[in-house]
Amino acid sequence: MSINWIEFTPFASLFGGIAIGVAALFMWLLLGRIMGVSGILGQAVAGEGAGQNGWRLAFIIGVVSAPFGYVLVAGDFTSRMVASPVGLAVAGLLVGLGTAIGSGCTSGHGICGLSRFSVRSFVATCCFVLSGMVTVFILKSGGLA
Amino acid sequence: MRITIFSFLIGVLFGLGLLIAGMLDPAKVQGFLNITGNWDPSLAFVMVGGIGVSLVGLKLAGNMAKPVLAELFVQPVSQHIDRKLVTGAVLFGAGWGLGGLCPGPAIAVLGVAGMDAAIFMVCMIAGLLAGRWISARL
Repeated sequence: MSINWIEFTPFASLFGGIAIGVAALFMWLLLGRIMGVSGILGQAVAGEGAGQNGWRLAFIIGVVSAPFGYVLVAGDFTSRMVASPVGLAVAGLLVGLGTAIGSGCTSGHGICGLSRFSVRSFVATCCFVLSGMVTVFILKSGGLA
Repeated sequence: MRITIFSFLIGVLFGLGLLIAGMLDPAKVQGFLNITGNWDPSLAFVMVGGIGVSLVGLKLAGNMAKPVLAELFVQPVSQHIDRKLVTGAVLFGAGWGLGGLCPGPAIAVLGVAGMDAAIFMVCMIAGLLAGRWISARL
């Protein structure tokens, strides 16, 4: 292992993380909901719970608007795709399946769950980070990433 | 109406946070997961910032009877660590490593990353629906 100092952005990532944390905190204190994106999107698509899709769709539109607005105002930002269209399709399917079966993703388990000392979320976070690391190791070893 | 507006604003803040943090850059996400190679630890700082703020905020808020704008706090139901949780998380991690996108960033890049983002999103929604179906029967 070596540290990739060229890519390392501790301050930007910390500030971005703080904004994410504030968003999660407001979602809980104002709306009484966990800011778990896979859950919010899955329930919105499945139409779960009467009268609950308004705030879900508003949240999703907000998430889409932020980078879109940023690009309009400030120009471009970095988003380098790492997979082919077929790779992205497989990845999307795995992310959807996994977060639905495992009841959460990076936001729900990784941020909200861990800040509430949920043992369940701690186990899930360890599993998906480790699995991601193993996957990238395999891809790099095979010269695929 | 207030709930809808605040939910939108929370989404905007979350989307900006993801952008600033570097989470909308799949190459950077893979750089974090590439721990045995040339490792970029940045995303650990996202977790420290996010968890730190949320944790301190929850402590400061104390025991509120109900949320400011809604009638009740909707708590996660399940408390068990079971095969579903672990299997799901492992599948999710594999997809995250392969595509460099998790659900939040996948939504956030929809308006700025063209067809790649659309392909990922369509397949992720298909996966979510299939996963919900499977999950209800396990």
